[in-house]
Amino acid sequence: MTPFALLARLGAAVLGLMASLGRITLFTLSAFSHMVRPPYYAREVLNALIQVGWMSLPVVGLTAIFTGGALALQIYAGGARFNAEAVVPQIVAIGMVRELGPVLVGLMIAARVTSSIAAEIATMKVTEQIDALVTLSTHPMKYLVAPRVLAGLLTVPLMVGVGDIIGIMGGYLVSTKSLGFNPASYMINTVNFLAAHDIYTSLLKGAAFGVIATVMGCYYGMQSGRGAQGVGRATKSSVEAAAVLILATNFVLTGVFFSI
Amino acid sequence: MTQSQTQTTDQIPAMIKLENVSKSFGDNAVLKGVDLQIARGTSMVIIGGSGTGKSVMLKSVLGLIQQDSGRIFVDGNETGSGDRDAFLARFGMLFQGAALFDSLPVWQNVAFRLLRGSLKRPRDEAREIAIDKLRRVGLKADVADRLPAELSGGMQKRVGLARAIAADPEIIFFDEPTTGLDPIMSGVINELIREIVVEMGATAMTITHDMSSVRVISDNVAMLHGGKIRWTGPVSDMDASGDPYVEQFISGSAEGPIESVR
Repeated sequence: MTPFALLARLGAAVLGLMASLGRITLFTLSAFSHMVRPPYYAREVLNALIQVGWMSLPVVGLTAIFTGGALALQIYAGGARFNAEAVVPQIVAIGMVRELGPVLVGLMIAARVTSSIAAEIATMKVTEQIDALVTLSTHPMKYLVAPRVLAGLLTVPLMVGVGDIIGIMGGYLVSTKSLGFNPASYMINTVNFLAAHDIYTSLLKGAAFGVIATVMGCYYGMQSGRGAQGVGRATKSSVEAAAVLILATNFVLTGVFFSI
Repeated sequence: MTQSQTQTTDQIPAMIKLENVSKSFGDNAVLKGVDLQIARGTSMVIIGGSGTGKSVMLKSVLGLIQQDSGRIFVDGNETGSGDRDAFLARFGMLFQGAALFDSLPVWQNVAFRLLRGSLKRPRDEAREIAIDKLRRVGLKADVADRLPAELSGGMQKRVGLARAIAADPEIIFFDEPTTGLDPIMSGVINELIREIVVEMGATAMTITHDMSSVRVISDNVAMLHGGKIRWTGPVSDMDASGDPYVEQFISGSAEGPIESVR
């Protein structure tokens, strides 16, 4: 391949990426504008809150408790090399709240919610249910997309909060039951070390990831091609895009929140 | 092109009128200047092979697909102008695969339009109307609380039909109403469509390649071929159309001007 052709291919890829980002941004803005304009579909919102939030709690809790426990073991083993085993409570707290809580909850939501939203909406698209909605005077952005994105925005921060707490509890259980930490001083160290800033940035990350996860599911579902293959491709693309965007956004937000 | 206009078409103003409508998807020109009129209160059936753009034409009228050029009028007003909700509220549509919302029970599918938006009614009243419409299409009240996935194909089509007529629309579209049904069920659905259209006085547009549907449902027939209306006229003239394309289509022969490999 000539250098020129290589450059052309690179240029086309960058242009394609920019165009997709533009479309996704417009889609997100449209979702938010439908969220604030009537009519409101309360039943759809309630349903989405249950599906996105409540039903995701078990997987979020399990992910967090094991991660917190493993984190405590690692920090203890690593800290022991330079006699710093005592920092376990502080590092578990900061690691869970600042990074692992939001990122892991975000990724679990991408796996669980983004995929199911994309598959559901894509199936509706290929079976003409989206066209049927339009002919029944119902805007798909308002009926299908806005409630799900609103649910992501509202419930994922809550789940990140729950994940943070359960993760810290995982670390606490491992530390007090098998590493010989004193329960009371573990709790005191954790609480004293965490700043309010850590907690609200954690929740803000959750809100951003909730929007990303739900928007990606809806966007790729609505863009789905025909047939079973179209649905499969939409689902795969939505989860890939959501996971990558969540990790990239996390990097940017960490930079904004903690490097100043 | 053989053109034969019916008496009724001349006298009654057109409810739906397409003027030189064209639509391409990439390099594929599907509609190449379609002209068609459907008189108020009449039933028009569009015939034509698979992939000739029948669905595209129907979806263009509804605004689900935007035509590249040409104009479409509904009741004298050009589509795309004015209040879209009010425009869509005049239509009912039966989709090819019924397109029922599988997360909602049957009655909420039928009453979908009556549960939200400008035609919203109290929930109990909407349910009553839904059950009434289900009865009209020959379904018992006990299917009302079942999910669409629990119904057979024929029952799903009936529910789709009940949903299309739930808000008493002035115009009803039927997209391949008998596809995937056995001959007896096809006959039942055809009769039902005819009865409902006559009884409601609605303007109907049906696309199909099932000749038994054409004979039962239509007042007028139009054949779409090569992106244009090849022939149009009253159903009674169809057998003597003198158009080799129409004749081949009616007889289902592999020999004729329509290429069999498409």
